[in-house]
Amino acid sequence: MMRSAALSAGGNSRGLQRLPSGWAIVGALTSLIILVPIGAVCVYLFTPASENWSHLVDTVLPEYIRNSLWLTVGVALGAGSIGVTTAWLTSMYRFPGRDLLTWLLLLPLAMPAYIIAYTYTGMLDVSGPLQGWIRRAFGLSYGEYWFPEVRSLGGAIVMFSLVLYPYVYLLARAAFIGQSVCVLEVSRTLGCSPWKSFSKVAVPLARPAIVAGLSLALMETLADFGTVQYFGVSTFTTGIYRTWFGMFDAVAAAQLSAVLLIFVFALILLERWSRRRAHFHHTTNRYQRLPDIRLSRGWSALAFIACLLPLLFGFIIPTVQLVIWALETYDTMVDRRFVTLAWHSFALAAGAAMVALVPALILGYGNRIHPSRAMRFFSRLSSMGYAIPGTVIAVGILIPFGALDNALNHWTREYFDMGVGLVFSGTVFVLLFAYTVRFLAISLQTVEAGLEKVKPSMDDAARSMGSNRAAVLRDIHLPILRGSLLTAMVIVFVDVMKELPATLILRPFDFNTLAVRAYELASDERLADSSTAALAIVAVGIIPVILLSGAISRSRAGTRPI
Amino acid sequence: MKPNSSRIPLASLALALASMIVGSAPVVAEDVVNIYSARKEALILPLLQRFEADTGIGFRLVTGKADGLLKRIEIEGEATPADIFITVDAGRLQRAKSAGILQSIRNPVLNETIPLHLRDKDSQWFGLSRRARVIFYARDRVDPEELSTYEALADEKWRGRLCIRSSGNIYNQSLVASMIRHLGEERTEQWARGLVANLARKPGGGDTDQLHAVAAGQCDLTLVNTYYFGRLLNSDKEKDRAAAEKIGVFWPNQDGRGAHVNVSGAGITRHARNRAAAEALLEFLVTPESQGWYAEVSNEYPVVPVAPISDTLRRLGEFKADTLNLTFLGENNKAALQLMDRAGWR
Repeated sequence: MMRSAALSAGGNSRGLQRLPSGWAIVGALTSLIILVPIGAVCVYLFTPASENWSHLVDTVLPEYIRNSLWLTVGVALGAGSIGVTTAWLTSMYRFPGRDLLTWLLLLPLAMPAYIIAYTYTGMLDVSGPLQGWIRRAFGLSYGEYWFPEVRSLGGAIVMFSLVLYPYVYLLARAAFIGQSVCVLEVSRTLGCSPWKSFSKVAVPLARPAIVAGLSLALMETLADFGTVQYFGVSTFTTGIYRTWFGMFDAVAAAQLSAVLLIFVFALILLERWSRRRAHFHHTTNRYQRLPDIRLSRGWSALAFIACLLPLLFGFIIPTVQLVIWALETYDTMVDRRFVTLAWHSFALAAGAAMVALVPALILGYGNRIHPSRAMRFFSRLSSMGYAIPGTVIAVGILIPFGALDNALNHWTREYFDMGVGLVFSGTVFVLLFAYTVRFLAISLQTVEAGLEKVKPSMDDAARSMGSNRAAVLRDIHLPILRGSLLTAMVIVFVDVMKELPATLILRPFDFNTLAVRAYELASDERLADSSTAALAIVAVGIIPVILLSGAISRSRAGTRPI
Repeated sequence: MKPNSSRIPLASLALALASMIVGSAPVVAEDVVNIYSARKEALILPLLQRFEADTGIGFRLVTGKADGLLKRIEIEGEATPADIFITVDAGRLQRAKSAGILQSIRNPVLNETIPLHLRDKDSQWFGLSRRARVIFYARDRVDPEELSTYEALADEKWRGRLCIRSSGNIYNQSLVASMIRHLGEERTEQWARGLVANLARKPGGGDTDQLHAVAAGQCDLTLVNTYYFGRLLNSDKEKDRAAAEKIGVFWPNQDGRGAHVNVSGAGITRHARNRAAAEALLEFLVTPESQGWYAEVSNEYPVVPVAPISDTLRRLGEFKADTLNLTFLGENNKAALQLMDRAGWR
């Protein structure tokens, strides 16, 4: 969405031009604070390369690059095609079960990638029930029949695609719904087939949204550690971890992280280059109800199946497997402390969802009001946290807060002759900050998407009718933005529910979450025991997802805001 | 959603978060020991609760991955609340020592009960339970007579018959580190190349997965820590026990240096504020009762020679363990990792 946000800011923001100019400073400060953890790790870059770097280049770096590249391409194709297809079908056509599928399709969002990886491995591995059945039923032994290996690069691509497509679905669907029907009608009257008007008109129009969804999915893929580690696929993330902690080489690890960031930048540039100067604007304000094309029976069935499959594989099957495991073990797993875990997870996720909105709004408005290259660059840069492995961010956060705490202690010791211990480190405050740094990309992109819907002409009209600035914000912007803000909060909420690496390193004493519990048991190779916590993550994550689905279908431009 | 309807829950949530923030502020209390543990909560909490009941000393616990916790102690510096750092391998304890976050403890109880090779030479860390990484084989396809040493696993006759975890796993890193000490880097690298050539599938999954793969016929041999096998033997699930029945344990290098052994252990941090309480906890962990608990609950071998040993461990049999000082595991870790990279062990 970066392009279009920049465009609307550059072209259309006359009405807001005279908002306080201090905003630019606040925006720049916000970016800087968000960038501290990333910077804390990047300082290592200015130390000369160690001999470990040449070891990496000689042995494993080519493989890291190859695997990360294939993973990116594979997930882009997988999550992209699932997301766009389902979004198009559910927003343009009427078929039985559509209204239900519209929100059910979001559910895989609540499923952490490492959990789905564990469940599918449990089912499809050589010792799993399916292969066991094949061997018994046909009297074969291993090697006498073909079966795909789950723990492989291909397996990882499938896992990520299944749980990350909802990002694409969510944003693409919002874009399709927001498209002026006129454009589509014109394309049909000009003789386009339904396929052509989809591929030549609707998709290019929705392209910024699709790309935004894809970039979220890909950044999450690149930052993942749990899944690729379990599958034995060496990527940048596993490489960074191994170099940093196994070879004690922070410098080489930071250099790997830098290569990863360059990789992400390259992706973004490539996309922008391919779009070049083609921008799309809606020139009409005529919105009407979407056509709701009724499908024939055969096509209905196909559309239904196309929307059911991702749901089936991304949510229903793994959930059923988790339920089966949970039924075996829940009595030993659910106790009074389990309720505390759920509460911790919920409170952190809800808190982070709100906190992450603040810098997103500051930067989003900043970009709109005072568009400048520097501002745009900074807000892009502060979104990078999403592509950086959680462990790296966590260490990047430990460093400045640790320094601050130690400085405080030196000072109190000097003047009061006693240390105060840790004031910031190891508190919930630091955790919330970590989540904000990691997930700002999500709230920022969603807020920017929402701001685009606010046309400058609306501000002008309101101002000319005597509303002051505060009133414009309250009466015009807030109602229009509400859908987007809600979306941003829900996605951050669900992501924090699932977040593991930063939570693991930064959390306070005696403070566990559902994700920590699920990870501890799963990494101790007690999959069945971890299922109860995993299921609880999914269950708590579903609630806001349902709320969200209501909000998007009501937030179509041209309809009354909620 | 109406704008007003959300205000009350929002306010109460903010209040709850605020109370969590205040509640989690560090306190320096008298009778308490603050623990950063890489041993999972389920495998340490019961012992800590007993410790509290026995001694009246309270505890606060954060669990996590050893590397992350180590980094956290390092960065928190003098202000760290951590008194004890617990890990599940000697390699990480040695890393903690070389990072300078531990201190030497001259404690007669610990020094007398824990054998010399299972603790740091400068008494900065102490092994608390032993785990052996040994050969497991498919009983219907491998004659144990064919097996002998770790070295022999690189033999051509095992081509396409071996499963193993990835080289990112610390237990593999420690094993290779010990081999570097015994054989030298060059011969170890040759061995690793042979091992990789013998793999039936790419490295991946956990130790339990390797055992299941052997039982299911994907491979005939694997290297796994003993307690994972113990867990399969005692599992509630029919399927796990059936798999365990198909697998035999082989103790390698019994005519030579003995089977590779690692420890879970702990050290007291350099800036510990509750050092006495921390020492009391370490002493508690090597009492015969605690050592018996390790054996009974997590199928680990005690570090104290006299401690009672569980039925499961008795079933696995007696073995000769490598008495290499575990300090070397940590010292050779980086060399091991780079060697595995070169050998193509992913």
